[in-house]
Amino acid sequence: MEHFFSLFVRSIFVDNMIFAFFLGMCSYLAVSKNVKTALGLGVAVTFVELITLPVNYLLQTKVLGPDCLVPGVDLSFLSFILFIAVIAGIVQLVEMIVEKFSPSLYNSLGIFLPLIAVNCAIMGASLFMQQRIGLDPSNTQAITNFGDSIAYALGSGIGWGLAIVCLAAIREKMAYSDVPKPLKGLGITFITVGLMAMAFMCFSGLTI
Amino acid sequence: MSLFSKKNKEVFTAPLGKNNPVTVQVLGICSALAVTAQLKPAIVMGLSVTIIVALSNLVISLLRNTIPNRVRIIIQLVVVAALVTIVSEVLKAFAYDVSVQLSVYIGLIITNCILMGRLEAFAMSNKPWESLLDGLGNGLGYAKILVIVAFIRELFGSGCLFGYQVIPQWCYDHGYLNNGLMLMPPMALIIVGCIIWWQRAHNKDLQEQ
Repeated sequence: MEHFFSLFVRSIFVDNMIFAFFLGMCSYLAVSKNVKTALGLGVAVTFVELITLPVNYLLQTKVLGPDCLVPGVDLSFLSFILFIAVIAGIVQLVEMIVEKFSPSLYNSLGIFLPLIAVNCAIMGASLFMQQRIGLDPSNTQAITNFGDSIAYALGSGIGWGLAIVCLAAIREKMAYSDVPKPLKGLGITFITVGLMAMAFMCFSGLTI
Repeated sequence: MSLFSKKNKEVFTAPLGKNNPVTVQVLGICSALAVTAQLKPAIVMGLSVTIIVALSNLVISLLRNTIPNRVRIIIQLVVVAALVTIVSEVLKAFAYDVSVQLSVYIGLIITNCILMGRLEAFAMSNKPWESLLDGLGNGLGYAKILVIVAFIRELFGSGCLFGYQVIPQWCYDHGYLNNGLMLMPPMALIIVGCIIWWQRAHNKDLQEQ
């Protein structure tokens, strides 16, 4: 239980998807113009991650890993194709559900809902999970059982959501400030994210 | 219809400058930032992406009339994932230490937005040869930014280029220090921000209103 909790907190603050690994930057920069849409995308990403990561965990440990299907056969070179197929399938499902139950959110997310399939944060989480399976259980980053994969999915999704909501809030205020012309829009956003990442570096000294 | 007509040249050169995938189209930023602490992984990454974008553009462009519209995303992903798997295995076989350094970012080429962006925007509606050129151009445009950022970060962060010491020892003896912050993630963002700033200051029509 302790490991579950520390993995969860670490993946939100220390191993933050945006500030430590720059994953999911494309939609991060494009959808962070207002807080409401950003929150919607954050929730959608967390939700998709919460489903895909445990599924991919089972796939990795029961099917692809060494000696799983056939003794002596390691299928993990197929993981890229299978992981992306799982993610694309689940995103399609989420898209249909959101369209049915919350058409307003569906409209405001627009093209970025299907694009969650190619959001690096989702694929990245699966690939990091694949790397962490083999780690020593005493390591706080290790993912040793099914529960850990849920903690990691939840943590990294919430971490991503937190980052995008923060940036959206800053950009809403920044709309009123006088930014040099060549720096306007994309340039200043990059530098803002850089400064936010510096602030988040404080957490890296945290021992849990 | 010549292979190197003016239009084709434009298709190839635009992504290197005025229509750069990273600084103008804002595609493929994730990996551009993460692998640029040193020059060597940055160059390997740039080349891998160039090869994959060019080949996947070519394959999708050849298939474009047979792909049903509804399932095109999945087909594109499968083609890209297959190419990425090949590149990843080749790197593991011939450049193992670099492939360890790049870790998950090689796998993440699949979800690199440059690929999906170019496949959707160009390869689905253009002939194979133009698509190949477009892929090469965009891959090299991406590699160019990677190399610039990695050059600055490695030079100021560790005083090396390609792992060789270039800042002479007497500088350190007189109190010069490496800027450790350059190797940290935030500086990558700030350097890319500055590159965008510089580019837009020279190209007024790229500025946002």
